[in-house]
Amino acid sequence: MAEATVKEAVIEKEPFFGKKEKKLLTDPLNDNNPITVQVLGICSALAVTSLVYPSIVMAIAVTLVVAFSNLFTSMLRTYIPKQVRMIVQLVIIATLVTVVELILKAFNYAIWKQLSVFIGLIITNCIVMGRLEAFAMANKPWRSFLDGIGNGLGYGGILVIIAIIRELFGKGTLFAGSPAAMNIIGPSNEITKYWINTASDHGVGAWFGSWYLNNNLMVLSSASIFIIGIIIWIHRSVNKKLVDIS
Amino acid sequence: MDFINIFIKSAFIENMILAYFLGMCSYLAVSKSIKTAFGLGLAVIFVLGITIPINWLINEYLLGENGIFHTDLTFLRFILFIAVIASMVQLVEMVIEKFSPALYTSLGIFLPLITVNCAILGGSLFMVSREYNFTQSVAFGLGGGFGWFLAIVAIAAIREKMRYSQVPAPLRGLGMAFILTGLMGIAFMSLMGIDPAALAGK
Repeated sequence: MAEATVKEAVIEKEPFFGKKEKKLLTDPLNDNNPITVQVLGICSALAVTSLVYPSIVMAIAVTLVVAFSNLFTSMLRTYIPKQVRMIVQLVIIATLVTVVELILKAFNYAIWKQLSVFIGLIITNCIVMGRLEAFAMANKPWRSFLDGIGNGLGYGGILVIIAIIRELFGKGTLFAGSPAAMNIIGPSNEITKYWINTASDHGVGAWFGSWYLNNNLMVLSSASIFIIGIIIWIHRSVNKKLVDIS
Repeated sequence: MDFINIFIKSAFIENMILAYFLGMCSYLAVSKSIKTAFGLGLAVIFVLGITIPINWLINEYLLGENGIFHTDLTFLRFILFIAVIASMVQLVEMVIEKFSPALYTSLGIFLPLITVNCAILGGSLFMVSREYNFTQSVAFGLGGGFGWFLAIVAIAAIREKMRYSQVPAPLRGLGMAFILTGLMGIAFMSLMGIDPAALAGK
């Protein structure tokens, strides 16, 4: 009888999706965000974010790679010798990235061309390696998988925010290159064109046509680094416990 | 002449950090003092200068259609490149430990970190996509490493001075490092108009 209760207690301690599991998913979105707090994986965040569509693809690719490399490393963690663990981890990551790259090349060649070397650079994206070292080597597979998904989403969220700001103000469009492409502001917008064509006699069209000029700074890669700096600033003013005291 | 052109181009005009923002993780983590930044920068020059030519040889003679297997094996590129980088870093670490213990103790902790520096793998992948030949890839490796070294030493110097400035609390440390890097990137953009080939022609 006593034995049975002990067993039950053990089972209760680790539910399939309990509070701890939920925390693994939500923590990277705010308190432990990979980009703004852990400062991992900045390289790709800066390079691919000039358009929203490739950034969403990149975010999905990174999430898949982090989640599955976390899962596989966690499964193998007891068999990996400490001295060669870096190389074993890198081989796992490189294999997954190759799979993702080939899938992307087969199904969406245009995006594959646009992302070019940055898909390959997921291998050295510090988020993947950092999570493997910090989490997957010490935790069970299911939890590691959730941690991977959470971190991938935390990374992807920031990536998409930066991309939306850069594309909207730099090009006046959103989701350019995707089926859902739309012009929001600037001379290429449909509504703006309508006004230019119909009301040009009254000077209204000219005003509509020129009310917003694309900001070329946003197209440069330096813009993304400023935006990350400002996001960190806002994030830390809201979440005071993250402020750097040193 | 080609060698110098590519060296200057990869060091200043297409700087790894300030134009492509590669290797940002270690760049931000290790740039708190000039001394450590200097050590890491030297190690990066080393590793980039060695791995890019080796990866060029692998890409040309092992993976290409004209290589020893006569088949297109380019899908193995990522795994082989990262394996070369990891083993080269290990080798460089052992060589330095053997011949210069003083340098080893000053670089020690940063050497293994270089394996996961995006700039190293990025350099190899750029080398493939730009179709450099062997001499050009040597120049690209050394130049890229030198550019990375310059950038990290510069930001470390600025961050040391920043300690005496009154930065708003939430922006302190990391946030400010980002904004400084952005400003440096814009400053380096002014070099973009330089065309080394045209200069050499005159």
